[in-house]
Amino acid sequence: MAALRRLLADLLEKGLVDALLVPRPAPGGGSLVQALVNRREALADADPVAPVMPVQTARILSALTAGGAPYRLGAVVKSCEVRAAIELAKLKQVDLSRVVLIGVDCLGTYEPREYAALVAAGQDPTAYALAAAGAGMVAPVEGAAFRDACRMCEQPTAQGCTLRVGLVGAGGAVLISGSDELLGALGYPTADEPAAREACLAALVAERTATRDRMLAEVRERLRDAAGLLAEFGKCIRCHNCMTACPICYCRECIFKSATFAHPPATYQSWLQRHGALRMPADTVLFHLTRLNHMSASCVGCGACSSACPNGLPVAQVFRAVGREVQALFDYVPGRSVYDELPLAVFREDELGDVAR
Amino acid sequence: MAEGYEPRIVAFLCNWCTYAGADLAGTSRLQYPPNVRIIRLMCSGALDPVYVVKALLEGADGVFIGGCHPGDCHYQNGNFKARRRVAILKKILEQTGFDPERVWLRWISASEGRLFADTMTQMVDAIRAKGPNPLRGQWGM
Repeated sequence: MAALRRLLADLLEKGLVDALLVPRPAPGGGSLVQALVNRREALADADPVAPVMPVQTARILSALTAGGAPYRLGAVVKSCEVRAAIELAKLKQVDLSRVVLIGVDCLGTYEPREYAALVAAGQDPTAYALAAAGAGMVAPVEGAAFRDACRMCEQPTAQGCTLRVGLVGAGGAVLISGSDELLGALGYPTADEPAAREACLAALVAERTATRDRMLAEVRERLRDAAGLLAEFGKCIRCHNCMTACPICYCRECIFKSATFAHPPATYQSWLQRHGALRMPADTVLFHLTRLNHMSASCVGCGACSSACPNGLPVAQVFRAVGREVQALFDYVPGRSVYDELPLAVFREDELGDVAR
Repeated sequence: MAEGYEPRIVAFLCNWCTYAGADLAGTSRLQYPPNVRIIRLMCSGALDPVYVVKALLEGADGVFIGGCHPGDCHYQNGNFKARRRVAILKKILEQTGFDPERVWLRWISASEGRLFADTMTQMVDAIRAKGPNPLRGQWGM
């Protein structure tokens, strides 16, 4: 932890960034929040690898950089946060030109509520996670579980960052690598990756991939017909929390919050007459199917939607299962590169001949 | 198949090609089944999938989307964008337990009144063979 905080402090003090976005304990304690800091003292309690994601950092990066950041910003990010930031950059909601992404190995994340409970019970989830990572494992504390999205995440290391911080299988060391220019300015050597790290990560990815395939197969089994879809989303209260938490859903005015869906009372009456009964609030399944149409090509599988759901709906599993098929249509890998074209932003004249004649 | 079942098809037609093709079918007095409810759009590329999904959830038995032939779009490339959106929509429908073959995207020009009438006949036949939308009468959507 000391080495991590020193890296952040050096970035500030050597003038390589003007501000840092880094997790630290919430003002009232008990949980963690993202904080924008520009002084070394504010880093004293920084917790850059805490196993919790209170907010998808890509959303914060959008607030801080859309239209161009006025200063150089260093942002501590996990793999899914980098991938979401890359998608948002292509959607012109994040400007990465003055951002130094500091990608840390993700040590798994708990639901924020579970994380807070662990802290309240006197545990130190970060210390536990770091010790486990040093020994080559990414595992929750006894009796707790990581979020479903993390359990099926096959990309634990952050790619496409200016600086990378490796922890898993590092035997307790902090492996800092990345741009030669920045490392030179910091006066840091490029860390050599111990052989054990590669094997640890391969084992982790294999385990996660197996979990992913199992969980997504279960979802697909449940979604065989419309009754299955109702079973998945029947409890939805259309609070829009999943959309609000989703890093990809960036529209300032979502159609579901617009006048299009402010139906006059007589509209409900006509639906009632047609169907004989009407589920209220209405348009819940429509909401999820529409969101799938609008954003699933860019879904990075971070699971912020599921964590935000008050009714525990498996939003992330459904979106990941469907999103993978949508992405496969265009061989698109969301979050891989700012140079991969968004499927809905481009077209080829000669394609999809089976869709239209 | 349900007794007395008549398919209901919602058709979203682009103003410049398929809507004019439908118009030509009418002024040419070509017969096609009266099961189609036409909604005129400026461009097939202007159709948000939300309206297609809404029609299906409301019990429409099929949704037809008509645009200009590739290269003929009044707005250069709206129909190509529509094709990607519809490809994604159909994949999502397939993955969530719907029948994607209830959604058709076809290119029909302003001069193809005959093709419009024939396509409507084919679609009504195909949807009739599928039977009613299983979501008809569902209250939970």
